[in-house]
Amino acid sequence: MDALNVYAAKLAPQQESLAPGHRACQGCAELLAVRLVAKTLGHDFIIANATGCLEIVTSSYPHTAWKVPWIHVAFENAAAVASGVEAGIKILKKKGKYPVDREIKIVAQAGDGGTVDIGLQALSGALERGHDFTYICYDNEAYMNTGIQRSSSTPYGAATTTSPAGKESIGQVTMKKNVVEIAAAHNIPYVATASPSYPFDLMEKVRKAADAKGPAYIHVLAPCPTGWRLAPNLALSIGRLAVETKVFPLYEIVDGQYKMTVEYKHHRPVIDYLKPQGRFRHLQESNIEFIQQYVDASYEQLLKKIKMSEG
Amino acid sequence: MAKKIGIEVSLAISEAVKLADVDAIAAYPITPQTHIVEHLSELVADGELNAEFIPVESEHSAMSVCAGTSAAGARTYTATSSQGLALMNEILFIIPALRLPVVMTLANRSMSGPISIWNDHSDLMSVRDTGWISIFAENGQEAFDLTLQSFKIAEDHRVMLPINVNIDGFTLSHVIEPHEFLSQEEVDSFLPPYDPPLQLNPDKPVSMGMVGIPEIYFEAKKAQDVALVESKAVIKEIFQEFGEKFGRTYNVIESYRTEDAETLLLTMGSISETAMEAIDMMKDEQGKKVGLLRLRLWRPFPTDELRELVKGIKTLAVIDRAVSFGGTGAPVGGEIRSALYSTEDRPYVASFIAGLGGRDVTIKDFMDMVTLAEKMETEQEVHEYKMIGVRE
Ligand SMILES: Cc1ncc(C[n+]2csc(CCOP(=O)(O)OP(=O)(O)O)c2C)c(N)n1
Ligand code: SF4
Repeated sequence: MDALNVYAAKLAPQQESLAPGHRACQGCAELLAVRLVAKTLGHDFIIANATGCLEIVTSSYPHTAWKVPWIHVAFENAAAVASGVEAGIKILKKKGKYPVDREIKIVAQAGDGGTVDIGLQALSGALERGHDFTYICYDNEAYMNTGIQRSSSTPYGAATTTSPAGKESIGQVTMKKNVVEIAAAHNIPYVATASPSYPFDLMEKVRKAADAKGPAYIHVLAPCPTGWRLAPNLALSIGRLAVETKVFPLYEIVDGQYKMTVEYKHHRPVIDYLKPQGRFRHLQESNIEFIQQYVDASYEQLLKKIKMSEG
Repeated sequence: MAKKIGIEVSLAISEAVKLADVDAIAAYPITPQTHIVEHLSELVADGELNAEFIPVESEHSAMSVCAGTSAAGARTYTATSSQGLALMNEILFIIPALRLPVVMTLANRSMSGPISIWNDHSDLMSVRDTGWISIFAENGQEAFDLTLQSFKIAEDHRVMLPINVNIDGFTLSHVIEPHEFLSQEEVDSFLPPYDPPLQLNPDKPVSMGMVGIPEIYFEAKKAQDVALVESKAVIKEIFQEFGEKFGRTYNVIESYRTEDAETLLLTMGSISETAMEAIDMMKDEQGKKVGLLRLRLWRPFPTDELRELVKGIKTLAVIDRAVSFGGTGAPVGGEIRSALYSTEDRPYVASFIAGLGGRDVTIKDFMDMVTLAEKMETEQEVHEYKMIGVRE
């Protein structure tokens, strides 16, 4: 059955629910990911959006880039607002006050800051309560909207405006928080990582997440040329490098079962991923070695979980 | 008319919410509000109320969920107190800006620290400028009636703003009082189903809560202020309609024995009942020319009505139950001074703070405040505010 769901260029939906007239930076991979999500879901979905780049660049009154119902309330509460929308529609349908036969998907979307830091509590609450919605984190690995400050999703060694590299510091000194595992620990039906560099993989995951009964979580790596100090034409290729170097493996967790969705026989060294990005420019060889070891170890751990799922 | 039922005020409020056939309730426990949502969750669990009860993980999410349910077009209710209200603060600003008609009961409780579960009005005053309609109930019957009227006010297309109905924590929320309930038919004849002018629906997509660039933000805020100010006329109209239908008429400021008065006390909430007794004693036993004003509507502020009611009055003693730290008056006292400043022959306004953190305000306290206010008026004492009943 899986094969029947496969997206390919010619089979991809034609409609666009995100209009081209938005204000994102040149080469922003986050907006491309959002467009793919919107394409996949068609017209019958409602978005609860957190504060951040995505909200700012798509909703400057009186213009809107959204052809679907969209609500923004605050920075940390996309999951809670989505909970409300889902619960509201559920009861209105039950009472016959809302189009009953329409299957309307609810989507919450937020940046890494609005997800892994300030929004984590609301996210956990909503996942625990079991609302039927899909939460998508667009992880550009910093607070971009306020000017590239670190978040707990910023990777080790990256320079941001609040984790600058200096004589005494290599930039971010903590490891990237593993929110994918945190989401999975809520025992929800669907969790996945995705990347706009792998559009059909992303679209399939969005479809599966939306069709799952109950909460689903997708963590999208969204390369940000502005914050990553990267040429705008490189956002998508750096996204591929993140996967090829094992920095950001693409996998899914369906009812607790782990599965890799994009696999490479041979992986490239992590330096290939770090090199083009200005935010890692200051790193010494020893730092890169440390990162390589960390990436290898994390990947091994993931493989173990996949093996356990298989066996 | 229906017979009277003795019931705890919190439960009477829940019954009013049930009679309003609310669609969604999101809540997080905090004393002294808990009995209200506990009872509502029971009503939902027993199938007596067909609503979504969303037990969230914090008040911040409670108000955020309310934003979602209300934007989806569902009639929405919540309740909180004190620190819970403070945790909602960020979202409290956004709900009226999005014009979402959420109804909330505030069982008023003092703010930490020191932590105190007892009553005063410092929680509401801390969110004074968020843009909600704020109404005060003095007793259980008023709390029941105002809860029902609030849905109608909030959801009126000329209003479309959230409302908080304030009841004093414990001193009102936890007492058992006789209530005259309305039947479902009576409520249905008064309160139509919620008909949202805008709704999150893919058939007619809208974007809500967009970015307000400098070219538009100011105008948006003015529109919000105009809507709040103009809601007063609708509130009065709905108070009137309720009175005509059910025989209990409400005013934005209630007056008690103000005929011939030269000095007026002004109170909010349940201490007004003690104040009335003090007025009775001063009038009947001492022949004093006193009366009482009871402020029901705090936002929008009933400026015109206040100016009318204090015409010819010499002294106005305003009793606050909150501090505006380091300010030029307590919240209500300061507001009243500013409302009267530009009027001719305005009364002398004495601003008192009493009853913080559950401290009793006794009949004697009210009598003392009247005496003190009259003396201050005679001497035209220049003052900001005075605290009454503090041990020093
Ligand atoms: C309570 C609160 N704190 C801080 C902010 C300021 N703020 C707005 S967006 C943002 C960062 C957004 O970062 P992220 O969620 O990673 O999204 P991005 O802009 O990077 O896509 C911050 C800190 C806010 N709006 N609200
Ligand atoms: S700052 Fe980064 S994430 Fe934000 S719009 Fe620009 S490229 Fe996209």
